[in-house]
Amino acid sequence: MTTTPARLAISVAGLRKSYGDQVVLDGIDLAVPEGTIFSLLGPNGAGKTTVVQILSTLINADGGELRVAGHDLAIAPDAVRAAIGVTGQFSAVDNLLTGRENLLLMADLAHLDRKEGRRRATELLERFELTEAAARPAMTFSGGMRRRLDLAMTLMIRPRILFLDEPTTGLDPRSRRDVWQIVRDLVGAGTTVLLTTQYLEEADQLADRIAVLDHGRLVAEGTADELKRQVPGAHIRLQFATQAELAAAARALNLDGPGNDEDTLTLQIPGDGSTKSLRALLDQLDAHSIEATGLTVHTPDLDDVFLALTGHGN
Amino acid sequence: MSSYAIRDSATMLRRNLLHVVRYPSMTAGVLLIPVFMMLLFRYAFGATLGAGIGTGTGGYINYLTPGIIVLAVSSASVSTAVAVNTDMTEGIINRFRTMAIARVSVLTGHVVGSVIQTVAGAVIVTGLALAVGFRPTAGPAGWLGAIGLVVLLAFACTWVSVALGLLSPNPQGASNSPLPLALLPFLGSTFVPAQAMAPGLRWFAEYQPFTPVIETLRSLLLGTPAGDKPAIACAWCAGLGVAGYLSSRALFNRGAGHSQ
Repeated sequence: MTTTPARLAISVAGLRKSYGDQVVLDGIDLAVPEGTIFSLLGPNGAGKTTVVQILSTLINADGGELRVAGHDLAIAPDAVRAAIGVTGQFSAVDNLLTGRENLLLMADLAHLDRKEGRRRATELLERFELTEAAARPAMTFSGGMRRRLDLAMTLMIRPRILFLDEPTTGLDPRSRRDVWQIVRDLVGAGTTVLLTTQYLEEADQLADRIAVLDHGRLVAEGTADELKRQVPGAHIRLQFATQAELAAAARALNLDGPGNDEDTLTLQIPGDGSTKSLRALLDQLDAHSIEATGLTVHTPDLDDVFLALTGHGN
Repeated sequence: MSSYAIRDSATMLRRNLLHVVRYPSMTAGVLLIPVFMMLLFRYAFGATLGAGIGTGTGGYINYLTPGIIVLAVSSASVSTAVAVNTDMTEGIINRFRTMAIARVSVLTGHVVGSVIQTVAGAVIVTGLALAVGFRPTAGPAGWLGAIGLVVLLAFACTWVSVALGLLSPNPQGASNSPLPLALLPFLGSTFVPAQAMAPGLRWFAEYQPFTPVIETLRSLLLGTPAGDKPAIACAWCAGLGVAGYLSSRALFNRGAGHSQ
């Protein structure tokens, strides 16, 4: 029983990087199949940007076997550069040029012929809703427009592999959703995306696979669902007005343990949050004439995963 | 990717020239010092200095102009260094580094752009000098030689300024570090011959790079005797240019730049 493994756009084995005594990446392994979105999730300082900088040929690794688009980074960096596009958290647009000039600059550097460059620039300006701002210098752009222009510049060169380093950090929710949609469209068209983010929701929304990076090490890897399965299951949380009611409810439900929090007057009950289990629970409280002031159903999200895996919140 | 070196350099040059066209104030500012110095020495000190060094009352502008042209070239170093430094702190340089383009094109674009600007500045200063009484005796060959020398000096100063711009941690530093270069012509034979200076300064003025360049330009434009000065001038320009080029290339390739 053998299955043909999907071709890997990015493969990393034993990636290490230190600055002096400070170990930034401590033996990272990654495998990103072509045409998928892979997310590196981690808090600030976990080493996410360093991974992107190394894989995009900006800085050298201290050790490890690294292949991007089938090329060894140490041997053929120019072949890697020809296959990738990078949009980082720091804007990489020419502030003194207009939106359109920025795109045409990329077209020239990608050695597109002039007509094709103009056509593509117009198309990308349209798609990124920058047509009206196309003739203005980029320095007058808002944060969201600048990020869209940045991404449009990266797409001018038609990268097969796209590195997005915290692409939505600092963006408003609407701009964030715009960027997400663009990324989904790209992957739909066959591009491979390596995305770093500190937003759990972003990884959850976009990524086929997620690796959690903490202090330069991968602490977990899998699909969002696989990661969620690693933490305690769903529960229902009841809020009470008084300590007496909390105690009464705990007695009635036969719960007297760690889920019983006297400080916050909440009671945590294991359960999947289905309407059936909720009805049963409320019936029990009714039967004892206890009234809860609030009820929340909690399903594990990546926040819980993150907290459980790294031992600290995000 | 070296087959694209020229095409990529041309693209980068277009980018830098667009910057200049969009924001001409920096370029215009560079001309303030040479123009001010020329008018000051022409109209305020010219008669006295001219009598002192024996050029006659009307002749001082002829003595002065070659030095002012060199000053126009050297003082452009500041804007080059600042432009390079500012550019390196922009994220777009890291974008260029991740693209399959000729790496050196980022620098050659700056250098060729700055040389064009600098030579244009020298032309403006020369035109102004002609308007206030500069009467060169050069024939076509002399003018051609003068243009060649100015372009060579501009290349040398620009490569050194690019290295200084790359070396400086921020634009403020980049505007200070080329100052010695920009001010050297003041301590050369721009305003008075080296022989007229105090002994220590005279020694410095005779052996620093700009004096032979100024003397060669003077000879080309006015027919004064040049001696071994043209060879020394060319050697200085070539030496400074190569040193500037090699340091710039090393500094640019050293890593992700100081924006990190």
